[in-house]
Amino acid sequence: MTAASLNARGPARFDAVRLLRMLLPAIALSLMLAVIFSQQPRAMSYVGLTLLLNLAVPVILATLSQLCIIAINDLDLSIGSFVGLCACIAATLLKDTPLLGVAALVAAVGVYGLVGALIHWRALPSIVVTLGLSFIWMGLAVLILPTPGGRAPEFLTTVMKWKPAFVPLPILYAVILGLGMHLLMRSSLGTILRGAGGNPKALANAGWSLLRARVTLYLMAGTLGALSGLALVGLTTSGDANMALRYTLLSIAGVILGGGEFTGGRVNPVGAVLGAMTLTLAGSFLTFMHIPPDWQIGAQGAILIIVLALRAVLNRAEER
Amino acid sequence: MKIRVALAVAVAATCLSGAAVADTSSKKIALSNNYAGNSWRQAMLKSWGTVTSKAVADKVVADASAFTTAENQATEQAAQIQNLILQGYDAIVVNAASPTALNGAVKEACDAGVTVVSFDGIVTEPCAWRVAVDFRKMGEIQVDYLAQRYPQGGNLLEIRGLAGVFVDDEIHKGIEDGVKKHTNFKIVSSVHGDWTQEVAQKAVAGVLPTLPEIRGVVTQGGDGYGAAQAFKGAGRPVPTIIMGNRQDELLWWKEQKDANGYETMSVSIAPGVGTLAFWVAQQILDGKDVPKDLIVPFLSVEQGNLEERLNQTEKGGVTNVEYSLSDAQAVIGGKK
Repeated sequence: MTAASLNARGPARFDAVRLLRMLLPAIALSLMLAVIFSQQPRAMSYVGLTLLLNLAVPVILATLSQLCIIAINDLDLSIGSFVGLCACIAATLLKDTPLLGVAALVAAVGVYGLVGALIHWRALPSIVVTLGLSFIWMGLAVLILPTPGGRAPEFLTTVMKWKPAFVPLPILYAVILGLGMHLLMRSSLGTILRGAGGNPKALANAGWSLLRARVTLYLMAGTLGALSGLALVGLTTSGDANMALRYTLLSIAGVILGGGEFTGGRVNPVGAVLGAMTLTLAGSFLTFMHIPPDWQIGAQGAILIIVLALRAVLNRAEER
Repeated sequence: MKIRVALAVAVAATCLSGAAVADTSSKKIALSNNYAGNSWRQAMLKSWGTVTSKAVADKVVADASAFTTAENQATEQAAQIQNLILQGYDAIVVNAASPTALNGAVKEACDAGVTVVSFDGIVTEPCAWRVAVDFRKMGEIQVDYLAQRYPQGGNLLEIRGLAGVFVDDEIHKGIEDGVKKHTNFKIVSSVHGDWTQEVAQKAVAGVLPTLPEIRGVVTQGGDGYGAAQAFKGAGRPVPTIIMGNRQDELLWWKEQKDANGYETMSVSIAPGVGTLAFWVAQQILDGKDVPKDLIVPFLSVEQGNLEERLNQTEKGGVTNVEYSLSDAQAVIGGKK
């Protein structure tokens, strides 16, 4: 989708290769679900899908947060510990003193915006800044919640355990998030934001503020990260500073798996949502296949490499 | 609801096909484990395999597979538990990555009618059972032992574990309790050995020159051999060092015992505690009334059974026992 809008390749040529590339995340996800269903027909139900996918919701939010950062050619290595911090805030401050909790979350998101500004002003490498930041988030989380515990506020558990009619909750959330982000990125604001990653010089020459674009994207990333923490704590019902460290790598892999690129402002929100779901399912998939644990890390990596390799092959085919 | 119905069908099917020996012969128990990267966990998984494969062969239960998450992360283990619910296990035995972050998934399991038994790394969700270690007691009995050996009292050196970890804090509190009880003992110094022989040796060597005569060294396991080396290196008489069931500690003790009649004791938790949790889960599925909080017995090595225990312990490993059904019944019974 993004490829079509940003690549000056003449009229929208609808070739099979590009279609395949766009559909790759969806195909990977359906394949995995198909195998799980054949192994365990019980999973193919409302309850089954809810159980399989509910932990994908915070991963999707973290992945969309990462997508905002990648859209402007940066990389966020602190998202995992940031989600952990927000989860700890939710399980303690937000529960006991709601006002203070909200203030803390807003402040945390605000810091994200400031970091975006700092990276822009000083032309710092985002990887270094966010890596440093990850330790700060982690430290704050441990300060707020020294030992695992706390309790999720009532409304968060309600939101995450809600059982809508017909459509399992995680799927409903995934659709809303994917479409919402897609529309946002395709809007005039979104086009400018992606342009800041795609061709910053042209954008600056046209009179847009790159600083404003970067800060906006970082604020969006912070907001989505905070939502991820809230969703996570709603599911687990209590907090732990270490609970989301894995999200950093998952979110990056999810964006790339979903058809995004590290540079050029090429991101695909719908693909990223599917990518996040695929990665969450990869672990379950291996459990259902009865792969011995010693092989699981390797197998999970292999799945990722196969899908990414397929993407690279399709990319090359498209260039020809 | 659908799961329950499907489960009932599955159970009925197995009952028809297989000979029902015990009430749990059609039940499936899974182990959800968060980490397999050290010798203790490896021994734990091995014990689980030995005991449960026999239980399956004897038709005590239908299945007892072990699942370890690829990475030591609570979110991954929560997903794993949810998968195990879907796979229709009747009970899940958990060694948890976090005491709280799995509560959501554990609650889902309970709501789906699955029995959850946590051990070692326990969970706080009230619907789950806990087979917990009384680390505080583990500290206290060390001082009790020394008090019985040396009624006249004396100076103690304490080697602690990794700072800021729950287990370290609990054992330390237990040791303080012991010193309060036996007032003629005094802790003259306390160092962190991080449960590692090399770290313990360095830490002890660092404080030794400043210390008066030491009667006993209270430890947390994995640090006794290092402490002994430090005393030897400083040319001081080796006091009574409480060991922690590691093979290198027991071997050193054996050598000293043969050479000069050295006496001490050794205490730790056997990795086989997973098999205890397995039998507890089996008992719950059998319809027994089991209290929610159970305490794991310690595994101690004494002067008398040192050789036997040392022979059972793999090189570089930890002394282990595999628990039986009657052990589990004793633990359950003792609590009632």
